[in-house]
Amino acid sequence: MIMPVILWTDALVFLLTLVVVVFVFYARSKPHIRAPWQRVFRGRVAAASAVVLLAFVLVGLLDSLHFRLPLEGNGHNGEIHYSVDVLSVFDVLVGPLRSQEEKTYSAPFATHLFAKESVEHADGSKTREFPPLAHAGRHLQKSSTVKHVDILQRSLASLFEALLTGALMLWLLSGVLARRAARSTRDMLREILLQRTVIPWRTILATLTLLLLLVFLSINLASVYHVLGTDKVGQDVYYLSLKSIRTGLLIGTLTTLVMLPFAIFMGIVAGYARGWIDDVVQYIYTTLNSIPHVLLIAASILMLQVYIANHPELFETTVERSDIRLLFLCIILGITSWTGLCRLLRGESLKLREAEYIQAAVSFGVAHTRIITRHILPNVMHIVLITVVLDFSGLVLAEAVLSYVGVGVDPTMNSWGNMINGARLEMAREPVVWWSLLSAFLFMFTLVLAANLFSDAVRDAFDPRTRER
Amino acid sequence: METMKQPLLRLENVSVQLGHGDNAIRPVDGVSLTIQRGETFALLGESGCGKSMTALSILRLLPQPVGRITAGNVWLGDEELTALAESDMRRIRGRRISMIFQEPMTSLNPVLTVGDQIAEVLKQHHRMKGRVAADRVLELLDAVGIPDARRRAGEYPHQLSGGMKQRIMIAIALAGEPDLLIADEPTTALDVTIQAQVLELLQKLQQETRMAIMLITHDLGIVAGMADRVAIMYAGQLVEEASRDRFFSNAQHPYSRKLFESLPDVRKRDQALATIPGTVPSLNQEFSGCRFAERCAAGWDYCATHVPAWHAAGEDQATRCHRADPALDKPAISARVDGDKDHAARQLPASGNLLDVTDLKVHFPIHKGVFRHVTGHVFAVDGVSLQIPRGSTLALVGESGCGKTTVGKGILQLIRPTAGSVRFDDIELTQLAGEALRKRRSDFQFIFQDPYSSMNPRMMVGDIVEEGMAAQGIGNNKIERRARVDQLFEQVGLSAEHTQRYPHEFSGGQRQRICIARALAVDPQLVICDEPTSALDVSVQAQILNLLKELQNTLGLSYLFITHNLSVVSYLADRVAVMYLGRIVEEGPVARVLEDPQHPYTRALLSAVPDIEPDSGREVIRLAGDLPSPSSPPTGCHFHPRCPQAMPQCAQAYPDNFGAPGHPVRCFLYS
Amino acid sequence: MFAYIIRRIAYAIPILIGVNILTFYLFFVVNSPDDMARLHLGMKHVTPEAIEKWKASHGYDKPLLLNKQAEGVEQLTDTIFFEKSVRLFAFDFGYSDDGRDISYDISQRMLPSLAIAIPALIIGLMVNITFAMLMAFFRGTYVDVSGVILCVVLMSISGMFYIIGGQYLLAKVFRLMPISGFAAGIDTIKFIILPVLIGVVSGIGSGSRWYRTFFLEEAGKDYIRTARAKGLSESLVLFRHILRNALIPIVTGVVVILPLLFMGSLLTESFFSIPGLGSYTIDAINKQDFAVVRAMVFLGTVLYIVGLILVDITYTIVDPRVRLS
Repeated sequence: MIMPVILWTDALVFLLTLVVVVFVFYARSKPHIRAPWQRVFRGRVAAASAVVLLAFVLVGLLDSLHFRLPLEGNGHNGEIHYSVDVLSVFDVLVGPLRSQEEKTYSAPFATHLFAKESVEHADGSKTREFPPLAHAGRHLQKSSTVKHVDILQRSLASLFEALLTGALMLWLLSGVLARRAARSTRDMLREILLQRTVIPWRTILATLTLLLLLVFLSINLASVYHVLGTDKVGQDVYYLSLKSIRTGLLIGTLTTLVMLPFAIFMGIVAGYARGWIDDVVQYIYTTLNSIPHVLLIAASILMLQVYIANHPELFETTVERSDIRLLFLCIILGITSWTGLCRLLRGESLKLREAEYIQAAVSFGVAHTRIITRHILPNVMHIVLITVVLDFSGLVLAEAVLSYVGVGVDPTMNSWGNMINGARLEMAREPVVWWSLLSAFLFMFTLVLAANLFSDAVRDAFDPRTRER
Repeated sequence: METMKQPLLRLENVSVQLGHGDNAIRPVDGVSLTIQRGETFALLGESGCGKSMTALSILRLLPQPVGRITAGNVWLGDEELTALAESDMRRIRGRRISMIFQEPMTSLNPVLTVGDQIAEVLKQHHRMKGRVAADRVLELLDAVGIPDARRRAGEYPHQLSGGMKQRIMIAIALAGEPDLLIADEPTTALDVTIQAQVLELLQKLQQETRMAIMLITHDLGIVAGMADRVAIMYAGQLVEEASRDRFFSNAQHPYSRKLFESLPDVRKRDQALATIPGTVPSLNQEFSGCRFAERCAAGWDYCATHVPAWHAAGEDQATRCHRADPALDKPAISARVDGDKDHAARQLPASGNLLDVTDLKVHFPIHKGVFRHVTGHVFAVDGVSLQIPRGSTLALVGESGCGKTTVGKGILQLIRPTAGSVRFDDIELTQLAGEALRKRRSDFQFIFQDPYSSMNPRMMVGDIVEEGMAAQGIGNNKIERRARVDQLFEQVGLSAEHTQRYPHEFSGGQRQRICIARALAVDPQLVICDEPTSALDVSVQAQILNLLKELQNTLGLSYLFITHNLSVVSYLADRVAVMYLGRIVEEGPVARVLEDPQHPYTRALLSAVPDIEPDSGREVIRLAGDLPSPSSPPTGCHFHPRCPQAMPQCAQAYPDNFGAPGHPVRCFLYS
Repeated sequence: MFAYIIRRIAYAIPILIGVNILTFYLFFVVNSPDDMARLHLGMKHVTPEAIEKWKASHGYDKPLLLNKQAEGVEQLTDTIFFEKSVRLFAFDFGYSDDGRDISYDISQRMLPSLAIAIPALIIGLMVNITFAMLMAFFRGTYVDVSGVILCVVLMSISGMFYIIGGQYLLAKVFRLMPISGFAAGIDTIKFIILPVLIGVVSGIGSGSRWYRTFFLEEAGKDYIRTARAKGLSESLVLFRHILRNALIPIVTGVVVILPLLFMGSLLTESFFSIPGLGSYTIDAINKQDFAVVRAMVFLGTVLYIVGLILVDITYTIVDPRVRLS
């Protein structure tokens, strides 16, 4: 039996997922919430970005289902000992990517190591040469195929598979939509292909097919090559980049989750109650805001490090330790970033409490709590949403910087920041080891770009000021 | 070559489109009109009828990038403006045609001095610079009646009052010495006494410069006082054009007539006002019949299927109505098709005062200095006393900033009064707090000015109406309350199925009905109406006034009706109180106050209201300057600096009540 | 106005006290001096005597908040809180863990930080305003749309990529300038070109997109319609009316960060080995030198508050609505 491990962050991730699902069901019955979301998904760019984001989220969620494998040769009295390695469902799915480690650096698609080593030959002579890789390109030695031809063949096969699956999805989708609209599948197919549908299905399908192409490429190529090379200790860079997705997403979302209750509660109460409550809230957020954020984070993380160092008994595995650090980082990032939203909400509530519909509620003797929950909260939610989506990409980028400074996630954790931090010194090597850096940047760029494009669409759809333009 | 015959401006079939594709609307659809040199041409219409878009299309200033002229020509003398290059258009704008806008508050650049903003035009069109330009700026400021022009030229817009800003706008428009001035609702944002000043100024300038004025307005009274010719616009088209005298004596189009009939007036007190049923059709469709057909009392089935042409209707008059088509057989007009019914007999008011306010004061502190200590007060309401007998209506009249809304909120304890007593049904409201006050709130309700902002946009209107009932514990459960909500909706002229919709799905008039239903839901005895019709068009205003009057007759409600509109007062109120700078200066029965005003301010206010009787021979009493700041009211009588009849003693002390019994007047003239 | 500034300064004092209590709590209450000593000494020397000795030599051997053994005022002053936090108010930063005078170090490192930050700010401001105005001038057209997309792409790239990519391309491949380092005097220019350039480029995306919204906001105002109705040319409308108004939020936005320029940039200074306050901070974090971190927190807070006050003063200069009311 495996032992499921629920890390703190896993629990929060699933809580967040649950909240999102519940919200989706709730929003379906509320036209004033549904309408702007429909506006969001009508944009082609936003729809494509959403698909990309969902792909990232899927990887992140799979990577959040953790467990520990039992050790073989278990102890006497039926007691099972578990490995200290915490694995995730994602690790199992990508299988060989995780385990196929080399000695040290190798370039993308290389068949030999990047550095020369002394090799002792059978005749006793020693030469310095590039030793072949343990896990990449082995199949080439058995057959007579040249590497480039092999790569091309496998790529073409992937392309074919992706297009086939894409076509299948197109057919299925037109079938489903046709049944809903009570029309023929052929008609619907034409509508989709001519992009005449309200929701840009053609764009969505095209993006999906592109993503599928990447999946098939991974299956066909990454199993026999290190497509993005290996790092200093020989780990597959592609695997590391994928594993870092969870970290990036967590930083971007959990931070927000942590800060939202504070920001919403304090902002609305300050604006609605005014007087000394307002003064106190303003004092708190001005104080927090005036401390340089990096330094506040640094101080807190240093503090945590000391705490962990002094209490090693609390953490069973390194994963648990780095998980606590990640959670703490989210909390401290949340503390430094709630002030902006709080100030916005305070200002909006100040404005709203003078609004005539609030005055009307007061003149009916409606209770304060009800005024806040029924009248103020729903009318500031668009600000909350816009802030959340806009903050996301900033937080993903901040993770890299903080990890570089040394106050980010735990050095043992997979993250783009740690990848960049570990690889940047190698830029001085001749020839340059560029692949770790580039893949980290590329993955980060894709996620942040998709998030930025999506958040633009969300803002345009929800912000009453931009809607008029 | 200009001949005497050639009109100054000629619009031929101008059409304007906003947006693209299926949602594109055509706010202006085939408008033709001509404006002669030196005349005042009024373009009259209700909100959304396309009159502003027509004006903007002349100058090609339609909102970008959505708006464009899709058809038609605009001739200015010999020049066709729609064909001009943008750079050539610039020598027309501000030089041959100038424009002033509705909102003087936002139409001036806040970071440039007003002198600079005027000089800009001089530089652009007359190559004037330096001293010459500065001198001309002062001349222009003098011409628009700005006192102390040299100082004012160096000031920024926010330092000026609304009326002054509109004068500056006029000075900017005059600077290019245009042939035509387009004035888009130039006085709508201003108070009635300031409006009188600005209109008088426009007339004076026109006489001096012989420029033509295209006056865009929704106010029949302004048209009667200013215009030479009138064109009525409805749903993107002109429906009638006539000389002023013909129009006011013999309007032809059913819509024009309805506009007159729906105006509230003292003579209509005992009858319901005429209303126009339905709403203006949306302009994103193709029309196959008359655009007014659905709402028209004079129409017949032919109107819905045939687009009416433009028919001459006597000298100087033409209309777009099948009734004016000599070639058609027309059925007789059935009387009162729209079902306006006269009000039921008013229940005799029970004896005694429902509300008795004595010496109410609401002062807002002003904080200054290092420790934010109180350095002064805004005396928003400064000693107001009034009584409302059961089942009657008291109108509280005054210009913006006089404190009338604060009185209303002070009575309801939405703003806590600084001093004074508010006795409601023999309970002292100022002493109540917390739960005790919350429980009494069902007895007195408030209807707000803006029906667009007084409902939570994220709640269904049924829930909005029910919320107050739930808070007041009316009805035993949700089912009972919902039944009552349905009934209320019927009562205010909506149907029960409307309860499941959101506020944005309703028109302004419908929303105000819902607000009234919400107030009625808790069975109040007193309803304070804060300008409930000022955001609405005349025809919609009539519906609301009818409803309020009917409800009073059937339910015996008492109203405190806060307004600046004196014709509404004359139609609705029993007594009227006139407020100036936080105090009531005159109070009495409606007939006496409106027909024989005593206080000089009341007189000035009444004389400034534009009258739809042309040349009624009434002299407008001009008030100097603006309303003083309520944080530092003048010594003595607050009105004395602007009063045409001020005496030395007026500056000494605030006058006591010197009026006749039942008609208090606070003025030394009657001492 | 004067009273207002006095009040703002007075208001800053409780904030500074709050910051001090917060950092004190983080540093000394959660991590007791014993913990710190253990961390610094490493695992092998941890004897109670060694800890006491370390504490005594670094000034941590006193009570935290209240010294009951001392007399009178000294009850309050002869404590760690007073020694380590209250003295900051007199800008007495004390000594770092390796015995250097922090105030001296800060004064030495301020100039290199400013040498990068000020040119980057000024050039960046000009570049961003230019791009933003171009996009606003062509609003709604192809130029504007593609400009906005380009901005989103540029701002989606990590700042570290700009630095590493710039260093690699310009300094290593094309050998146009040194990769990193700093020198005083005329040589400074050679070393600051690349960091300044990268600072400007990495800010273009978010900067010009942000400023564009200011321009568009002003372009939709009623007084712009008035300006057009006067017959002014489009460029006159843009420069005289739109730019004047849009500059108010832009200028105040710059003023608020002006004092914080002293703090330097963590990333740039560390990647380019600039001996400024940014790299000073990073070094302190990596060496876990609490004294320096605390000094920098205090300095940053003070500068932030100075920025807020400067913004208020700036408003009264650039915005007549504030100046004259």
